[in-house]
Amino acid sequence: MEQLKTIGRELAMGSQGGFGQSKEFLDLVKSIGEARSKAEEDRIVLSEIDILKRRLLEPDVPKRKMKEYIIRLVYIEMLGHDASFGYIHAVKMTHDDNLLLKRTGYLAVTLFLNEDHDLIILIVNTIQKDLRSDNYLVVCAALNAICRLINEETIPAVLPQVVDLLNHQKEAVRKKAIMALHRFHRKSPSSVSHLVSNFRKRLCDNDPGVMGATLCPLFDLISEDVTSYKDLVSSFVSILKQVTERRLPKSYDYHSMPAPFIQIKLLKIMALLGSGDKSASEMMYMVLGDLFRKCDSSTNIGNAILYECIRCISCILPNPKLLEAAAEAISKFLKSDSHNLKYMGIDGLGRLIKISPDIAEQHQLAVIDCLEDPDDTLKRKTFELLYKMTKSSNVEVIVDRMIDYMISINDNHYKTEIASRCVELAEQFAPSNQWFIQIMNKVFEHAGDLVNIKVAHNLMRLIAEGFGEDDDDADSKLRLSAVESYLKIISEPKLPSLFLQVISWVLGEYGTADGKYSASYISGKLCDVADAYSSDETVKGYAVSALMKIYAFEIASGRKVDVLPECQSLIEELLASHSTDLQQRAYELQALIALDARAVESIIPLDASCEDIEVDKDLSFLNGYIQQAIESGAQPYISERERSGMFETTDYHSNDHHEVTSHALRFEAYELPKPSGPPEASTELVPVTEPSYYTESHQPISTSLASERESSEIKLRLDGVKQKWGRPSYQPTTSASSTPQQAANGTTTHSDGGGVGSSSSKPRSSYESKKPEVDPEKQRLAASLFGGSSSSRTDRKSSSGGHKPAKGTANKPATIPKDPVQPPPPDLLDFGEPTATTVAATDPFKELEGLLDSSSQDGGATDVMGLYSDAAPVITTTTSVDSLLSELSDSSKGNSRTYQSQTSKGPNSKEALEKDALVRQMGVNPTSQNPTLFKDLLG
Amino acid sequence: MIHFVLLVSRQGKVRLTKWYSPYTQKERSKVIRELSGVILSRGPKLCNFVEWRGYKVVYKRYASLYFCMCIDEDDNELEVLEIIHHFVEILDRYFGSVCELDLIFHFHKAYYILDELLIAGELQESSKKTVARIISTQDQLVEAAKEEAGSISNIIAQATK
Repeated sequence: MEQLKTIGRELAMGSQGGFGQSKEFLDLVKSIGEARSKAEEDRIVLSEIDILKRRLLEPDVPKRKMKEYIIRLVYIEMLGHDASFGYIHAVKMTHDDNLLLKRTGYLAVTLFLNEDHDLIILIVNTIQKDLRSDNYLVVCAALNAICRLINEETIPAVLPQVVDLLNHQKEAVRKKAIMALHRFHRKSPSSVSHLVSNFRKRLCDNDPGVMGATLCPLFDLISEDVTSYKDLVSSFVSILKQVTERRLPKSYDYHSMPAPFIQIKLLKIMALLGSGDKSASEMMYMVLGDLFRKCDSSTNIGNAILYECIRCISCILPNPKLLEAAAEAISKFLKSDSHNLKYMGIDGLGRLIKISPDIAEQHQLAVIDCLEDPDDTLKRKTFELLYKMTKSSNVEVIVDRMIDYMISINDNHYKTEIASRCVELAEQFAPSNQWFIQIMNKVFEHAGDLVNIKVAHNLMRLIAEGFGEDDDDADSKLRLSAVESYLKIISEPKLPSLFLQVISWVLGEYGTADGKYSASYISGKLCDVADAYSSDETVKGYAVSALMKIYAFEIASGRKVDVLPECQSLIEELLASHSTDLQQRAYELQALIALDARAVESIIPLDASCEDIEVDKDLSFLNGYIQQAIESGAQPYISERERSGMFETTDYHSNDHHEVTSHALRFEAYELPKPSGPPEASTELVPVTEPSYYTESHQPISTSLASERESSEIKLRLDGVKQKWGRPSYQPTTSASSTPQQAANGTTTHSDGGGVGSSSSKPRSSYESKKPEVDPEKQRLAASLFGGSSSSRTDRKSSSGGHKPAKGTANKPATIPKDPVQPPPPDLLDFGEPTATTVAATDPFKELEGLLDSSSQDGGATDVMGLYSDAAPVITTTTSVDSLLSELSDSSKGNSRTYQSQTSKGPNSKEALEKDALVRQMGVNPTSQNPTLFKDLLG
Repeated sequence: MIHFVLLVSRQGKVRLTKWYSPYTQKERSKVIRELSGVILSRGPKLCNFVEWRGYKVVYKRYASLYFCMCIDEDDNELEVLEIIHHFVEILDRYFGSVCELDLIFHFHKAYYILDELLIAGELQESSKKTVARIISTQDQLVEAAKEEAGSISNIIAQATK
């Protein structure tokens, strides 16, 4: 160490004196260092570039000077400027025989060039030569360059040599050769697929560095094909065991952990090998258990290993003991003050929650603290966790939170991600279509054009098809609510284009359907849209089509249509539009307004967006017209095949008709043109075919002007969208959501009441001793997030008798008889009544107190975790029975209850306000002191 | 995999960049600008991780210098944090209580050290001793070469006069 220090200092001195860098260079670095602004820095660098350009062009630059220039180039490039004018000199320097210069050259090219750069080809030859060098430092330098520069095409040029180097006597070379092969594998997996046995061999290398490096390529190989490496499981396990038993040289210790980086790599590999494999997993349990015991959670590296263990355990076949250990590690992370550890804890929770969903509940308040943390990173991680644990019972809370957060951020990348997550959750768990539309509106409004266009089509389709039941009333209510919400939003400035398209379509289709809004009102709004977003052609197109529908419905219903002046001017403007699409829409609209009611109705029938459009391919409706034409002397239509057949037999057509009639390429030679071809025949043909084409193409437009429009819109809507909430899936959603809804109601409306019940059921009277404060809002949030079937964690903790009053407050008398185990104390019911607010006020805390008490009394152990693991499973079963029964009773009670839950569901902002008021009335002020509380509780 | 390593001063000045995935010069400047904006503005007690464009950036501040590494989404952040520390410890040994100035004036040496630690975006050597040994061997060679070159260049210089 001391020696190194002196060497370092000496080197520093040496390089500052004469040989290393010149004064010029040091001045450059210094002036850059002193630069006050980016502009000043840029100026310095630009003048430096000028100098270097000149210097490099000078003839016979001494080599050591050149070396310095190249380092200066590196410096320039590092500062973000283009030094490409000097690349070639760096390449030349790699050719030098002097190792010092060669290394500089290699360093510079690895920093300058990407693997697809043209100059690479000039280096390959040098690299090949250097790989054969006797000096291992030269070989190392070349291998370093290989790792950066070799691309798919040049791999074969160096591969054999690199493979040979796997047996080099110097471990540094072997290690780098392994890493180079790893790189090759990344670039082109097929190039090294035959070398797998070499990797296996290197795993037994007696240098730990080489062995550790070998784990990198093996990890990649195993993640591609697990099955062919199953035989290595025992080797990996035994290596890990040896590492943890400190069999590796001391120099691999890091912060007194034995070779932690190797341990982490091994754990990653084991996670791959053990997933879904019982025997492999069983081999790992032992060593994983040891790791948990041995890991020093006071150092960062120890925690890194612990975290990797958690990941590994969440991947391999679950083992209850290990899961417990992992849960314990996670709770340590979450309780830590360090944000890093909290972040890891949240991540670990997200992984473990898939295996044991209950685990989140004991950490609910910690999770909510993380959600409200000012640290964005932590927040996002927590949202990821929430996304993973969303159920139909908590979807509303979670999605609302996500949207609030989405609105608050500017990072487009993350906004897109969270918007798509919101949409996904809403599609999957939406409790009602109204809610779904509300959420979609919010997502569109705020994330706008970041949303996938399919989502918009999906939404239109939902509104058009409605509930999917034969309940027209509900459908029209849904549409009306959509229309109303859109009319409210539409005048807001700068709505995203996609959202405006949806709005225009819905307003056009259903704006006037209910009779609540007049056609002129809606059309005025649509004109405003077309006006305000005049640069967006798609929106304009949608708006014009919507106008057309509005007017069509008006005409069809026999009312007189007054085209608004602004609408008239819009049409006129669009008639001259540069966009042919808009022009056509405008012409169609203009033509439509002039038609009579009967024609309009057949063009645009009311609310027919869901009808299939039948296309009459034979155009049979034109028969009369054709008949008439034939009678008046027109030639009958000759089908394409007949015409081409005719051509072959009689060469009736001249050559220029050839292209018209044949679609496929013809490989036979053209026939010789007949000089005496009958010109009158061809002139005769032209007038015949032309009118027939004319009728074919023009007729449909004049009769069913808008049917094409309509069909194109239909196509849009059906755009390969999979409907997730549609007919088949809706029914179960309602029934499923109604029951957890009950539970959630129980906890949300009476979360304090629930606390009352459980706490009062405990025959303890130590309430008065301490009063830790829990922010009731947070608790409520926790309850609504985590409350699926059971209410809150604390509720669950309490003795089973506690459920009775809790359920009582939740208006579920049907469940009471299920818990006769412990008759409640006589005063319970009083507590349970929501009117007993003054008592209820203190209860959540008392209840938490009770929790502490019970832990100290039950086993004399202060370890709350242990208590959880003891008590939780038993009660879990009872609660699950409970909820199951409540579900049964719900369904038996039939419609009335479902209806009730539906109504209480809706937009419950009012309810929330009331709840809030209740809480305040009870004298509990929302505070943010619960972190300390939880230290009391759990730490 | 580590996609790039970035050393930025508290004022946002770049001290070292190493790119293990291909980025054009334009992208590089954009990345540096974007990330230094995000990272330098973060408070001291927050996470050392930032989620960024589908990647994660792990950073740690040493005195006035921020060491940042960009990694894949499923990498172990704590491990990378320790890799950074590992790198700093090696630098510290090499320079003898390293300071920003050492890195400013000897950035190429820092590059050589980094090359012995990371290769192709992976940790290649986790033993400080091994890294130190190979770096010092290289330096000795350089010393020898230096003397040699010095004498030769002197001869040449005299001869050409």
